[in-house]
Amino acid sequence: MSSKILMKGNEAIAESAIRAGCQAYFGYPITPQTEVLEYMARRMPQLGRVFLQAESELAAINMLYGAACAGVRAMTSTSSPGFSLMQEGISYIACSMVPAVVVNVMRGGPGLGNIQPSQADYSQMTKGGGHGDYKVLTLAPSTIQELVDHVGLAFDLADEYRQVVFVIADGMLGQMMEPVELPEMRELRPPPAWALTGAKGRPKNIITSLYLNAPELERVNQELQAVYRRIEANEVRYDTYLLEDAEIAVVAYGTAARIARTAIRRAREAGIRVGLFRPITVYPFPYEALAEVAGRVQEMLVVEMSAGQMLEDVRMATCCRVPIRFFGKMGGVVPLPEDILVEIEALAQGKPALVAQEGA
Amino acid sequence: MVEAEKQERIVFSRPKALTDTTTHYCPGCIHGIVHRLIAEAIDELGIQDRTIGIAPVGCSVLAYHYFDVDFAEAAHGRAPAMATGLKRVQPDKIVFTYQGDGDLAAIGTNEIIHAVNRGENITTFFINNAIYGMTGGQMAPTTLPGQVTTSTPFGRDVRAAGYPLRVCELMATLAGAAYVVRRTAINPREIRRLKKAIITAFKVQMAGLGYSLVEVVSNCPTNWGMTPIESLEWIEKNMLPYYPLGDFKVAEGVENL
Repeated sequence: MSSKILMKGNEAIAESAIRAGCQAYFGYPITPQTEVLEYMARRMPQLGRVFLQAESELAAINMLYGAACAGVRAMTSTSSPGFSLMQEGISYIACSMVPAVVVNVMRGGPGLGNIQPSQADYSQMTKGGGHGDYKVLTLAPSTIQELVDHVGLAFDLADEYRQVVFVIADGMLGQMMEPVELPEMRELRPPPAWALTGAKGRPKNIITSLYLNAPELERVNQELQAVYRRIEANEVRYDTYLLEDAEIAVVAYGTAARIARTAIRRAREAGIRVGLFRPITVYPFPYEALAEVAGRVQEMLVVEMSAGQMLEDVRMATCCRVPIRFFGKMGGVVPLPEDILVEIEALAQGKPALVAQEGA
Repeated sequence: MVEAEKQERIVFSRPKALTDTTTHYCPGCIHGIVHRLIAEAIDELGIQDRTIGIAPVGCSVLAYHYFDVDFAEAAHGRAPAMATGLKRVQPDKIVFTYQGDGDLAAIGTNEIIHAVNRGENITTFFINNAIYGMTGGQMAPTTLPGQVTTSTPFGRDVRAAGYPLRVCELMATLAGAAYVVRRTAINPREIRRLKKAIITAFKVQMAGLGYSLVEVVSNCPTNWGMTPIESLEWIEKNMLPYYPLGDFKVAEGVENL
């Protein structure tokens, strides 16, 4: 029989990675994800695995790149400004096709911003982010349990597609505690044949992202695009809540989605037919499923802790077939269920849908 | 015929750790010599099947084509961080980075300092030719005062561009450094001394003594605008007074290797 334990989000990320067979962790302290680093600092040496505090996020992502080239499961975690620094390495990792996992516990920006929860890194996580044509499979948990599940899943998907996989969390998920059921400790897997383990009894392996010949680099890009098409075909994930008979669909992910659920429950109590559409993968975005929802609801409300980054994907999915209202909080301000309820009620009362930056 | 073959003794051949490839290096460039010496060292130490190299960004970006060992290509300046990741997860392997002055002493200064300071058991071969060769001859962190490059067309003015960085002297101050030496390859005697240092550097790593770094004061006939011979003379006359050859850190235990 499995039992639940109370865990803080950041510690759950770390323990889940360990149980998924993460053999090396490289990180740099940055609030609000530092507990991942601290947890790893204690646990990894106990297990005879690699923990290293890097001198910067730039170094951390390149240490991760090195460990990934050795063919072990490896991870780093950071928060928004650190994630920006990692973009260089992520681009190299994507082109080199080595599996790796990066967790971003987002905080308010731009600039140094603050340490409160935010969802303002959506665009740089789902649209490429670094230089060149690449995309990164990005899982968006909205509970600590899902955070645990997604970290394990991220390692599996990274192996399957030989790509870096992101988990997009935020300061709320990182800092809050919830009861979770942890998975069993998994066996460490041996390094794959392409890994840099020394050319013993085989020709040498090379891992590079350099292709000076343009047609050759085009071919590599085509291979990458083929991987992304496979990811888009196979890995789209989303969840719905009270959406079957809904006239209004709230679209939100992560922390914004869990707050929206509370608002939706209250709106239902007031007789408003409203439900939730929650992307679980934000790349690949569930365009088709959301398009289907757009065909049967009268209005949509997009809620984000940003100025409206996922909003662009919702617009693409729905092709203007349904009016969309936007409610966003920025700079580390977390929306209250009451705020979202006001927006839902406004839609239900037939107020014209509009895109507003700071509520209606 | 058979008798003649029996009497033949091979005294010189391509090292096993080098591939049978034409390099892209300019005529007279010292990269080729250093590649060969590293490959000879790998052969002599019998570590070809457990050595992993990391190429930099710069003229030696394609080094992975020339060495017959597992190889990765790093982002500009990040080779020591990447090497750290590779080595930490497989400490039984021999990991080396091959970096130029722009890569190691400008964009990658942070990574090299911290990797050395942690005492990572990795080896770095640092090629210092006082110029950015691949991009066509711009000022490097090691460009000499007054030296003309495409980005110091009136000569390096130290009041504006600062002073050339002495990497070995800097690294020798770090506790994690086990073996830090500066060599060159301008004549057979120096080449022999360089090879000895390369072998020692690998042995330091194999013994787990800490970071080993061999700087090679090198040339760039193409971007210096000289013949190969002139470039070697220029090293002796201009580079070596600023970058003196020698052993800057030889930690306890290295002498006995």
